[in-house]
Amino acid sequence: MSTTLLRNQTSTPPTGGRRSRLTRNQRPAWLVPTIGIAAVVVGAAAAALVGFNVALWAVFSAVIFLVAAPVAVTAVEGRRKGADSLVTYLVYTAFILAVVPLVSVIWTVLANGLPGLNSNLLLTSMNGVTGATDNAAAAGETPVLGGAYHAIVGTVSITFWATLLSVPIGLLTAIYLVEYSRGGWLGRAITFFVDVMTGIPSIVAGLFAAALFGLLFGPSTRFGFVAAVALTVLMIPTVVKNTEEMLKIVPNELREAAYALGVRKWRTIVKVVIPTAISGIASGVTLAIARVIGETAPLLVTAGFATAINWNSFSGWMTTLPTFIYYQIMTPTSPTNPDPSAQRAWAAALILIIIVMLLNLVARLVAKAFAPKTAGR
Amino acid sequence: MSTTVTTKKSAAGGKAGDSVFSGLSLGAGVLILAVLAAVALFLFMQALPTFQAPAEDVSGGEGFFAYIWPLVIGTVIAAVIALAIATPIGVLVALYISHYAPARIAKPVAYVIDLLAAIPSVIYGAWGTTVLASSLVPLYGWLAENFGFIPIFSGPASQTGKTILTAGVVLAIMILPIITAMSREIFVQTPKLHEEAALALGATRWEMIRMTVLPFARPGIISSVMLALGRALGETMAVALVLSSGPLTASLLQSGNQTIAAEIALNFPEAYGLRLSELIAAGLVLFLITLVVNMIARAIITRYKEFSGAN
Repeated sequence: MSTTLLRNQTSTPPTGGRRSRLTRNQRPAWLVPTIGIAAVVVGAAAAALVGFNVALWAVFSAVIFLVAAPVAVTAVEGRRKGADSLVTYLVYTAFILAVVPLVSVIWTVLANGLPGLNSNLLLTSMNGVTGATDNAAAAGETPVLGGAYHAIVGTVSITFWATLLSVPIGLLTAIYLVEYSRGGWLGRAITFFVDVMTGIPSIVAGLFAAALFGLLFGPSTRFGFVAAVALTVLMIPTVVKNTEEMLKIVPNELREAAYALGVRKWRTIVKVVIPTAISGIASGVTLAIARVIGETAPLLVTAGFATAINWNSFSGWMTTLPTFIYYQIMTPTSPTNPDPSAQRAWAAALILIIIVMLLNLVARLVAKAFAPKTAGR
Repeated sequence: MSTTVTTKKSAAGGKAGDSVFSGLSLGAGVLILAVLAAVALFLFMQALPTFQAPAEDVSGGEGFFAYIWPLVIGTVIAAVIALAIATPIGVLVALYISHYAPARIAKPVAYVIDLLAAIPSVIYGAWGTTVLASSLVPLYGWLAENFGFIPIFSGPASQTGKTILTAGVVLAIMILPIITAMSREIFVQTPKLHEEAALALGATRWEMIRMTVLPFARPGIISSVMLALGRALGETMAVALVLSSGPLTASLLQSGNQTIAAEIALNFPEAYGLRLSELIAAGLVLFLITLVVNMIARAIITRYKEFSGAN
């Protein structure tokens, strides 16, 4: 009986514009796209009234659509569907809002950085580059001279020392947490404070290193290693958290098999647990490097600022790529012609972004290619 | 015979290795606690001269408290602006990834949002000062003209756009990935049965999210916002590059205000003597504020982990 009723209702076309009971409360497919087109047109008109520009047009269209579409849906389908559609459109709007700045940042760096990316930038330092050099470059007499070679050197050496300090400490701490402590009070305290350490502002880490070395060697002690200590404070929590996660997913059967063969605990850890998790650990370390390589604030207070190449992390001031970018923008080499400085800064920013993205990519590839085989699941 | 000897040797070495290795790993763990304590201790020791110095020697001439509180207010204003913008957008983007986007798109989008987090802060700062600040100038002019009667929008608006509001917007863009990444992780942990039960009862997608996902994820959202707050409070470069600083002002559209982190970054390279100690004392205040915020966030996460069936 009911099936015949259903068939009757669906098969007979609605007469006189009235819809069947099953489709009566459905919005027609054209409704929302039409409102969208209308919103764009009306938005353009409204923007033209105020003074047309693309951003204004986008904002007006979005607002009109966000108001009109849910109202229309509410009118056809009722309040619940109306609220649902409102949230759906808000979610999509939020997504677009989040992507716009990312695209803008990357576009800005590419557009401003590519012209300055040349062998000069990569292979020369700022030693001897003065305002007069930049004025000549701005007048078109010479190419833009000076580059970021000393900053790349500084970035590499400081990051190297920071990695050398933080990886053993972070790795051993993670081993303690997973293999030895197993939920003891000290382990829980360390876990909690490692989490808290993640949130230390980078400038405070820099101040800590500056204060520590200030006490040891007198105030305003600045060289590369001080910066490396500051970066170590920022790097350790990332290394510990990543390594801990990786050690946790090493199947217990492997450990038990090793113990059953009479292997000592430390040899089990060194020969069985760590090799199983090595890809995850390596990718975690890479991500930690990617995080600290872009740090600026701690370097401002610990490494000073140099214009010449300095390979020695234990004496003399050093510049890294982030501080190079910062100083080139804040205090252009030639105050009257900031363009050459800006060009160098954006080119250095492009190099920095490329390094960070490559590190992220490498971390992902390493983690994926050598992922440990987990038991079960 | 010789084999027995080697076995014994190896076993003996193994025993020593065991205690050495466990001692090393314990030492590393304790070292981390010691480092955190040392951060507080060294900052305090270096900051001590400021607290002991006569009030008229401190910058501003009215003692450390009068010096630091406008900076604390400035820091809080910038962080609050950032949170007010980033929280709704961050949570909605997390919802987009977890419940709205088709699975094929969701993964790359999550990756792109993670990339947003990987971009160094100095680049955001450079972008904020060259691109964002100038493009916000017309908006600020319009706000000052039409909403000038509200103190926070009182004119005349800055002609460079280098205001605390711009700094807040840049901070918002920087903390958005934190909120999105953490919220998303918790949204996808919502028990599938709850969601399906809601849908089976005829709930729309929004009703399903409101009734199952949001109650489940509320502690997670709160803690992600707290962590983002910690980051916004301590972020230096974006503010140092974007904000044209000055004394505390109520208007968000004029240059002025300053945050602790940016104050340190801008003045530390040239500081010496008491000024150095003052800036370290400011850093100590910042450290304590972020420490409290982070500890609250972590406490919420820990409590939530114990009581939910998620883990």
